[in-house]
Amino acid sequence: MCGVCGCGGSEARIGSVFGGDRNKRVQRAGTGTTQAWRAIDTRRPAASPAGLDHESTDRASVARLQRVERDILGKNERIAAANRSWLAERRILALNLMSSPGSGKTSLLVRALETLGGRLPAAVIEGDQQTEFDAERIRATGVPALQINTGKGCHLDADMVARALPRLPLAERGLLLIENVGNLVCPAAFDLGEAHKVVILSVTEGEDKPLKYPDMFAAADLMLLNKADLLPYLSFDVERAIEYAHRVNPRLEVILTSATRGDGIDAWLAWIERERASA
Amino acid sequence: MHELSLAEGIRDIVEETATMEAATRVRRIVLEIGALAAVDADALRFCLDEVLSDSIAEGAEVDVIEVPGRGRCRQCGTLAPIDERHTPCPSCGAYGLEVLEGDRMRVQAVELE
Ligand SMILES: [Zn+2]
Repeated sequence: MCGVCGCGGSEARIGSVFGGDRNKRVQRAGTGTTQAWRAIDTRRPAASPAGLDHESTDRASVARLQRVERDILGKNERIAAANRSWLAERRILALNLMSSPGSGKTSLLVRALETLGGRLPAAVIEGDQQTEFDAERIRATGVPALQINTGKGCHLDADMVARALPRLPLAERGLLLIENVGNLVCPAAFDLGEAHKVVILSVTEGEDKPLKYPDMFAAADLMLLNKADLLPYLSFDVERAIEYAHRVNPRLEVILTSATRGDGIDAWLAWIERERASA
Repeated sequence: MHELSLAEGIRDIVEETATMEAATRVRRIVLEIGALAAVDADALRFCLDEVLSDSIAEGAEVDVIEVPGRGRCRQCGTLAPIDERHTPCPSCGAYGLEVLEGDRMRVQAVELE
């Protein structure tokens, strides 16, 4: 029972205060205070469809409550599953790379592809809101890159990837790197059909990013802690950042990287090789 | 703001249901949203207003039922509520509880005419 509006139901509460303000949620986690629920409509106490049905009977007799019970992301998940089997049939390892803007994701990708030097057939999908600029940087390494401009969209979705797949020269047993739109919230919700999500956090961002944007870190299998060459100039605490990330996801692997100096690139490529062997 | 994509997903489900049921109007949409689903409810409502205009569900009332997070400790098996992704196990203190409930988003029901 909700203490604010008195709405019933043991599992569900009617409310609109959830998920939105990450900072407040992080603060709350520290203080242990309970969440205040704001009722949408206190005149509707029941959270169960039975109650809603009852409520609706006193309106027009033609109105009826229809059970739906469908996942809002169901369509995306079906397309992602199709992408996953398409990739599996060709034994292509696909990675979904996610980060906030300015994490140095494209530079890191360029450095990794240069180091890879064509030893492994690779292709890149570049998600970006506006420009073709990142794809051009990738193509300069000799690796084919397809740009998806999402316009106002803040994330790639499975359908965009499904449309991109047949247009890319993808070799059997190759590598597909999908650079998602720079955003630490939205891409986490949309499965693209990748084998792994990789989150890139730069040391110029706060150590507490994993706690502020937990969904991204919870969904990832690997974290690249990037711009390690800047550590001497920052107060960034590497151990603490990793500890926070492990609170959200204890199984998250971590590699310290620098696109400028080349730290961790070999380790990341070895990780890719290991995952490819088991793909 | 992925709430716009979610709103479009909701509209598609609602329109399909209304067509299947030969409804003339959708009066209410009941959503079930997990506390761990990373959705901003106000943003979602804002986007729904936008994408439902000129649809069969224009002006429909939107009710949001929150499903609290619930999970199981991977170390000791304790079942516990999860307020945040980094909520530790109340029994053994281990992090990374397996989420069993509260990370999904569903259209639970619609009220049709
Ligand atoms: Zn435990």
